[in-house]
Amino acid sequence: MSAQLTPILTKFWDDPQSWTLATYESHEGYQALKKALAMPRADLVQMAKDSGLRGRGGAGFPTGMKWGFLPAPDGGPRYLVVNADESEPGTCKDIPLMMAAPQLLIEGAAITSFAIGCDHAFIYLRGEVVHVYRRLLHAVEEAYAAGYLGKDILGSGFDLDITVHAGAGAYICGEETALLDSLEGRRGQPRLKPPFPAVAGLYARPTVVNNVESIASIAPILLHGAEWFKAMGTEKSSGFGIFSLSGHVTRPGQYEAPLGITLRELLEMAGGMRGGRKLKFWTPGGSSTPMFTDQHLDLPLDFESVAAAGSMLGTRALQIFDETTSVVRAVSRWTDFYAHESCGKCTPCREGTFWLKQIMARLEYGKGTQDDVDKLLEICGNIIGRAFCPLGDGAISPITSAVQYFREEFEAGMHTPASELFPPAASTLFAKETVHA
Amino acid sequence: MHTDSDPNYGVVPSPDTEPYPDDVLAALRADAEQILARYPQKRSALLPLLHLVQSIDGYVAPRGIDLCAALLGLTGAEVSGVATFYTQFKRHPNGEYTVGVCTNTLCAIMGGDEIWDFVSEHLGIGHDETTPDAKITLERIECNAACDYAPVVMANWEFFDNQTPESAKALVDDLRSGAPVTPTRGPSKVCSFKAVSRVLAGFHDGLADEGVGAGPASLAGLRVAKAQDGKAMT
Repeated sequence: MSAQLTPILTKFWDDPQSWTLATYESHEGYQALKKALAMPRADLVQMAKDSGLRGRGGAGFPTGMKWGFLPAPDGGPRYLVVNADESEPGTCKDIPLMMAAPQLLIEGAAITSFAIGCDHAFIYLRGEVVHVYRRLLHAVEEAYAAGYLGKDILGSGFDLDITVHAGAGAYICGEETALLDSLEGRRGQPRLKPPFPAVAGLYARPTVVNNVESIASIAPILLHGAEWFKAMGTEKSSGFGIFSLSGHVTRPGQYEAPLGITLRELLEMAGGMRGGRKLKFWTPGGSSTPMFTDQHLDLPLDFESVAAAGSMLGTRALQIFDETTSVVRAVSRWTDFYAHESCGKCTPCREGTFWLKQIMARLEYGKGTQDDVDKLLEICGNIIGRAFCPLGDGAISPITSAVQYFREEFEAGMHTPASELFPPAASTLFAKETVHA
Repeated sequence: MHTDSDPNYGVVPSPDTEPYPDDVLAALRADAEQILARYPQKRSALLPLLHLVQSIDGYVAPRGIDLCAALLGLTGAEVSGVATFYTQFKRHPNGEYTVGVCTNTLCAIMGGDEIWDFVSEHLGIGHDETTPDAKITLERIECNAACDYAPVVMANWEFFDNQTPESAKALVDDLRSGAPVTPTRGPSKVCSFKAVSRVLAGFHDGLADEGVGAGPASLAGLRVAKAQDGKAMT
């Protein structure tokens, strides 16, 4: 029997005007908020814990536990900050979610704010997606007008304001403490932890930072129950998640499925590899997660199984590359990205990515030296675990994993350019149009 | 001698030292007041304020830095330090349209590199350069969260999905000639860089209801699920 998809967050994305409050209300919209406002706050936190929901932004930290880490109220403000800075290469789920169904996020943010005792929540959206920003601004306006935000929401006495804030182009702001610094009007550089945001986050006050998809999952969980959610997925990776297939597949796109589905099952639903070509390598959760190969087609895509196989589930951003692709070229470009986005705060990442980029470029152009592959690995060894935030560890993931599986291709970089071994034209979407290239 | 293509932070004289005209300044201050009201602490208003001054000047001009600094009680150096951290804040006058070609790995391999080469050669400009008619500023951009529509091009941060070198060339030609241009997923037209900067400062332009909710790739899984359901019922 083939795997079943579970469209829950994506369920009404094909409705005309799916983004409006009216559409949302016709799909159980704001029923969960009504239910939440009649519940004790502690029960909501317990529900999140019971569901087993783990953060959908990459790290997979249990969402309910994050809420539970907030210290007891002291009369001062507490904040919810939604991380909508989706920028991890390959990750493309939150942006379509907010474009098609922004009210899911607003309702989830309202429920979460009520649960943690917050009366001012922020949505930090990356600045490079202006139409998504329009949709969020509009969704917030509609929610205020309907009495789902503002003062005395639905007569409950609960007040909540939501500010949607646009960033300005910096990958590092997806790291939660860098995001908080950016939201405070500073350069987006990570903070030393501890203190964790739960204790000293935005304006040094107790703060919950959650990913868009995590927050959007809250309303369905509350409405249908933690048990309903736990019945999907695996024991330790419960529920559904959006899997984003991109690259050399016949029908790339968003596939919402229980955690634990395999790439083979997803590929089957996506029409297989483009042109029936052979799968070469893929990332399970964005470029910062060590890559896999065709050996891993049947690996269950849940947090534990992916970690046991040496990578991370991350954001379920499955970037899929076929046999026409040079892994050296792919990794070289990712390395350029990390060097560009390194915030410069800590030495291992700032300097390390600078050197990695130069070595990768040499190898890509067939001008590598005999020591280059070992030197790459040595530099990677000097970055991992020594960088201030996870960007450094992410930067080395593509390199170390690609060398593990494709060392001979890196060694070929001592004498042959990647473009000779793998002519780039063959990898393009419009390959047929450029047969003479 | 300073030219417009040089960065203007600290090392070169300002190309734009005229103070804001009184009416512009009054409007900026009124907008700034609304922005400041959104945040419990005023420094949080800095990023939207920088977007706001770009909506007037087309870049973060020295007078924009001075205004942000004055509004927030910061020094010009502090404001510059923040502005230069973020790639969307421009250090020299931007064209009417920023055209960004994604050349991060996945888009590059799916054809972004070919698109970049073709468009760059066609326009005769490189990264972060502007055509002489001040219409197009070309950029190599990082992953823009539309990988399922690769290769992707953005025009003033609106999505142009599944591009080819030819379609991207047509896009820049239309933008330069003023022909109507509609994003794949976005409003019915591409607004100017200054107009979009104003939206990014948090001032809604009323276009949210235009365009699709989801493109075909966003619905790929939903379509499979509906087919699965159909089979289960028969």
